[in-house]
Amino acid sequence: MNNNGSYGNERSISSGGAGDIDYASDPASGGFFNSDYKKHDDLKQMLDTNKDGLKLEAMKRIIGMIAKGRDASELFPAVVKNVVSKNIEVKKLVYVYLVRYAEEQQDLALLSISTFQRALKDPNQLIRASALRVLSSIRVPVIVPIVMLAIKDSASDMSPYVRKTAAHAIPKLYSLDPEQKDELVHVIEKLLSDKTTLVVGSAVMAFEEVCPEKISLIHKNFRKLCNLLVDVDEWGQVIIINMLTRYARTQFVDPNKGMIDSYDESERPFYDDEEESEDLKNKKPSFSLDTDHRLLLKNAKPLLQSRNAAVVMAVAQLYHHCAPRNEVSIIGKSLIRLLRSHREVQSVVLNCMAYISVQRKGMFEPYLKSFFVRTSDPTHIKLLKLDILTNLATETSISVILREFQTYVSSPDKEFVAAAIQAIGRCASNIKEVTDTCLNGLVSMLSNRDEAVVAESVVVIKKLLQSQPSRHRDIIQSMAKLMDTITVPAARASILWLLGEYSELVPNIAPDVLRKLAKSFVSEEDIVKLQVLNLSVKLYLNNPSQTQLLCQYVFTLARYDQNYDIRDRSRFLRQFIFPTNNENNLAKFSKKIFLASKPAPLLVSRFKDTPINVRTLCEPDRESYQMGSLSHYLNMRASGYHDLPNFPEVAPDSSARNVAEIPSPSPPPISSKKESKNRSFYSESDSSPVDEDSDSSEGDSDDDDGNEKSNDEESSSDDSSDDDSDSSDDSQSQIEIRKVIKNDEIDGEDSGSDSDDSSDGSSSDDTDSSEEKPQVAKPAGKSVPSKPVSNLDLLLDLDDVVPNLPIMTPSLGGFLSPLTPSLTGASSTMNSVLPVGPSFTSSKYFEVLSKIVGRGMSVEGRFTRQPHLFSPKMLNVELKFTNHSSEPFEEISMSFQKLPPGVKLHEFAPIACLPQHGSLIGSIGVDWNDSTQPLNFDINWRDGSASVTLKSPVGELLRAVKVSHTMFIEEQGKLRGMNEHSEKVSPSKPVAKIPESVFEVTNVFLLPAVEPNIYRFSGQTMASNSLVLVTIKTTADAGEVEVIVNCEKMVVGSLLLREIKTIFLN
Amino acid sequence: MIHSLFIINSSGDVFMEKHWKSVVSRSVCDYFFDEQRKIGSPEDIPAVIPTPHHYLISIYRSSMFFIAVCMTEVPPLFVIEFLHRVVDTFDDYFTECTESIIKENYVVVYELLDEMLDNGFPLATESNILKELIKPPNLLRTIANTVTGKSNVSATLPSGQLSNVPWRRTGVKYTNNEAYFDVVEEVDAIIDKSGSTVFAEIQGYIDCCIKLSGMPDLTLSFMNARLFDDVSFHPCVRFKRWESERILSFIPPDGNMRLMSYHIGSQSIVAIPIYVRHSLNWKDGRLDLTVGPKQTIGRTVENVVIEIPMPKTVTNSVLICNQGKYSFDPVSRLLVWDVGRIDTTKLPNLQGTVTSVTGSTGDSKPTISVKFTINQMAVSGLKVNRLDMYGEKYKPFKGVKYITKAGKFQIRM
Repeated sequence: MNNNGSYGNERSISSGGAGDIDYASDPASGGFFNSDYKKHDDLKQMLDTNKDGLKLEAMKRIIGMIAKGRDASELFPAVVKNVVSKNIEVKKLVYVYLVRYAEEQQDLALLSISTFQRALKDPNQLIRASALRVLSSIRVPVIVPIVMLAIKDSASDMSPYVRKTAAHAIPKLYSLDPEQKDELVHVIEKLLSDKTTLVVGSAVMAFEEVCPEKISLIHKNFRKLCNLLVDVDEWGQVIIINMLTRYARTQFVDPNKGMIDSYDESERPFYDDEEESEDLKNKKPSFSLDTDHRLLLKNAKPLLQSRNAAVVMAVAQLYHHCAPRNEVSIIGKSLIRLLRSHREVQSVVLNCMAYISVQRKGMFEPYLKSFFVRTSDPTHIKLLKLDILTNLATETSISVILREFQTYVSSPDKEFVAAAIQAIGRCASNIKEVTDTCLNGLVSMLSNRDEAVVAESVVVIKKLLQSQPSRHRDIIQSMAKLMDTITVPAARASILWLLGEYSELVPNIAPDVLRKLAKSFVSEEDIVKLQVLNLSVKLYLNNPSQTQLLCQYVFTLARYDQNYDIRDRSRFLRQFIFPTNNENNLAKFSKKIFLASKPAPLLVSRFKDTPINVRTLCEPDRESYQMGSLSHYLNMRASGYHDLPNFPEVAPDSSARNVAEIPSPSPPPISSKKESKNRSFYSESDSSPVDEDSDSSEGDSDDDDGNEKSNDEESSSDDSSDDDSDSSDDSQSQIEIRKVIKNDEIDGEDSGSDSDDSSDGSSSDDTDSSEEKPQVAKPAGKSVPSKPVSNLDLLLDLDDVVPNLPIMTPSLGGFLSPLTPSLTGASSTMNSVLPVGPSFTSSKYFEVLSKIVGRGMSVEGRFTRQPHLFSPKMLNVELKFTNHSSEPFEEISMSFQKLPPGVKLHEFAPIACLPQHGSLIGSIGVDWNDSTQPLNFDINWRDGSASVTLKSPVGELLRAVKVSHTMFIEEQGKLRGMNEHSEKVSPSKPVAKIPESVFEVTNVFLLPAVEPNIYRFSGQTMASNSLVLVTIKTTADAGEVEVIVNCEKMVVGSLLLREIKTIFLN
Repeated sequence: MIHSLFIINSSGDVFMEKHWKSVVSRSVCDYFFDEQRKIGSPEDIPAVIPTPHHYLISIYRSSMFFIAVCMTEVPPLFVIEFLHRVVDTFDDYFTECTESIIKENYVVVYELLDEMLDNGFPLATESNILKELIKPPNLLRTIANTVTGKSNVSATLPSGQLSNVPWRRTGVKYTNNEAYFDVVEEVDAIIDKSGSTVFAEIQGYIDCCIKLSGMPDLTLSFMNARLFDDVSFHPCVRFKRWESERILSFIPPDGNMRLMSYHIGSQSIVAIPIYVRHSLNWKDGRLDLTVGPKQTIGRTVENVVIEIPMPKTVTNSVLICNQGKYSFDPVSRLLVWDVGRIDTTKLPNLQGTVTSVTGSTGDSKPTISVKFTINQMAVSGLKVNRLDMYGEKYKPFKGVKYITKAGKFQIRM
């Protein structure tokens, strides 16, 4: 294996394509620049080809460089071009690259923005979602407004997946520009009210990242969150539970309040608990949990059974912090289960258990044996287990625990042995009954052959002895003997300290020990030296006659010691025993100073609270952190940690959580949203078109009647469509269907639009993305998305930055944002796009199947320019079956194997029999998805079949729509640059026939002429509802015609231009 | 949440990095290396290492470190669980997860990482969904893709993602519909030197391999569901049904999964299926081990392996065994005796001497860890009662297999 970290794929390519390239080039080697240049050159070439295979290989190699942490930023221009690639894998890798380097190459990154903007309107939800993902991940401050707009629109997307992505995008935007907070909060509020499990987890995540302090946003959603909790994905569960814990601490009163402060529950023997708590219950029948509090605890409980340790821990901390004391113990069992998990999980869980075990001893007592140490455990796990075992030790269990400890002492793991001995010491000091046994055990360990064991025992014994030294004279004696053998400094120092402290108990031995040490003073460790000084002072005070000379000797040695600490200490101590001047008052009190009785040290677990007097304010202890958090684990405040508030004394009003049963189908949320949108981007000036349009809307007022009529019809169709669609779409998402019914067969007039709000009014449906959700509209449904007010200002911003940027319309709002109900205000009619009937319908048939291929049956097709019944996005193609043979054709039907991506086909009703020489008409619906790719299908009849190809000219892919003149100009203004196609031709036909010729080619609407010699036609693509604006200018003498086509779909635009051009040339 | 991920191999090379937010320089790993140098064993590296600006949360698996870099408060278990899920996913995709496999499939790895986290927050972790988004590599598909020019990446959103059963992909079709359940029980035990049980419990899990067409709704019931002390489930199991009827009711994901794991604790009496008679005398270095079956209800104990990590002072060993083979690694000082199956007529025995640096072994006693498997038996006595399928017409083939294994089975000498 090449150790340079080059990846498998790469080498195979280098050998195949690029020759010998030194990937692991060392900057020091001469060929570095050369090979580097060559390598990148090669990759650039590969990226510039039009072969997807090569591009993919190149991208794979570049990703390899990124993965290894090599700099691939040079290739940015070459890579970013491929953002439009059709190959989904290339595209995906380009996205990965872009997200990685966009920050460094901001200007170039802007080149890709328009692609994402376009993709945001793609009918495929995955593409919409990934476009939003990448767009929001490009950390370029200039695009903040664009991302903001995209988030807002996606937050009301029909697909829950896209909404989830929108929730993910919120923290990204927030970190890019915290100024946007207020607006983001609005979006979060909207997403929080989402009822889809897929979305709420991410929405709460966004809430936690952006505005965790705005607890009021949760009120209305609290019950819903509780009820959905079980169905949310695991990661969402963790976030939601953690958030709700904080919520519960602010909104509910302490469930343990009023229960007599039985904090010492843990201190009581385990079996006593039940009676006592029974008593407590009887005493406090009045207290009952808030129903919402209960709901939270109840719904979280099943999650203790989750396979995900993080979820279990989240529930555990919820119970720990918020549940009544007698219910908390259920978490014990689940936490014990986690101990079987991975090492890292064990470590975190044990840490929390150690913390809990201090407060709630009873919880883990039944599982004592689960904490027994295995030799195979890593050391830090062993230590944690020891801590827990000592915390759990009671009079009843101590014998079992001590027996365990005894075996641990013989473990080969020295660190563990030391900890085990300390644990024994802790048990001994905590449980008085066993102090003597422990002490004896520890003393017996003094004869252990392992020095480390002995040393640790000495230190522990020293601590234990302090509590009752007089009874243990023999122990002190035997320890004094150890001075000859033991070498561990800490142990030696401990023995010396003991001897000094209790020298009265061993008056003969202590001076002798000092004598020995005076000899070896120079070679002792510093810590021992200090204790030698200490000992000599104490002995001198008790027994000056025997020790004065020794003392002087030791102090002289210390005075010239290398370590200044020791020199200092000797200088300081000398004043007490060998005062230089007699006035020294200190010397008088030296006995009191040195031989005062000292309090015995408390041996406590590191998880126990430090006593209040020791705790300093600046250093909060574990107690105050939310269990299971990073801060709790590290016992230090992590950045971004939110304190767990204390329960309030009085619960805030719980009615805040009530949700109105039937929220009125109100336009206000929408309009307020719109307002907020406007506020940010548009200056005051944008109000003007609204006013302007109010007059033009007058003409439409007649439509209102028609609307109401159609409204009735619609409600019935609505039901049926809902039934149809439920299976395909997520049933939980509340879908607001907005339909526009147009009945042009009756009056041929255009009608307005209407809306049908469902319960919340919070989300809306965009018909263009409803490919998963075919609607039945009758008799001919057409969708009418309204254009939002101009986003021109925003674009101008961008223009300033990159003047050459081809600008796509950022008017995402047109399709993704909720429509304004047309009946409510004048503003909507002004910018509305109204479908109208075709101005011209060709009666010419084209051949679909010739009678030779069809063995006697021919099929001809005709575009009727009517929308198909099945879906407004489908074109209606009339098929005329003619039987030229003398045999009847029976059971004619059609079938298709594979359609091009995005294309949908609705087949004609099967024909039972086509009599000889007869002809019949059938019609099929095709959603070409705005492409001109040919469609292949088979026509089958009883004795045979024939495959046919159907291709639509681009002109037929449009539907005629009526727009106002102002809007035409405005929209045209937005669709400049790459979206505009124009050409001048010299026509061969008289000018007068221009509209007719255009109608022949394409289905558009002729706007009433405002200026002579300028014809404006408007249309809309069938599938994506993109506006198509055709302008034809003729010179006065009609010698030259200029055709301008503006369409956001560049391909449609250019093809249409070509078709229109040809009619003038022929 | 998670800012970046670094994958480090055993020799300390950062061989892959992935950033979900702004780039975090890989020099942040130096803090990790410092810690690693301080602490000898990779097992002992703390799960969370605080550095001045970042928190490094790491896991150690397949002799690689996966280090997640976080900057703000985040539940450590959340990150740890996620990292393990990442490794599990790699295992699932590439059948095993090693350094060379990650390097070989770096594109898929990168695509997976990109799909699993968005802005450091988990996006799609369900294996069924990931596999629809990014097809696992296999030779056949690689060839097919090169020929047809198709890619491994799906252009549409996996249907399961939006449904009520996000763990299952839709449109599953098999010609042979089969559902296999493996009931695996692991015996965790500590046996003291006199042979009495200090602590024993059973960790069981039910792994299944389900290849059923359509949307099957399965229910699995047990003869003796009261045995379970504590259970945890795959998200697909309906908890309410379990609470009320002790029946596992679920729509399974396609393919392999762990349906449930359970714990039969120290409260119930656990049968110990094996014993080891041992004597080790440091004075003359004599070691004598005999292994025998115990409480096995007539089943043979197979794949018995005995491992003894010897103290550092042991230098060599001269041993003879009457069955299987033994080895002693003088570097790690691990004595391994691969016994194989236990024949009750002639018990396996290992004896001989271990040599050690004289007088320095002290009192420390090694611990014997034992591995074994017993087929066709669940040591707790758990029995699956029946498996029913609703929602689909066909008749599936069903199979249940019971295995008992040694978990953390240790005998103190």
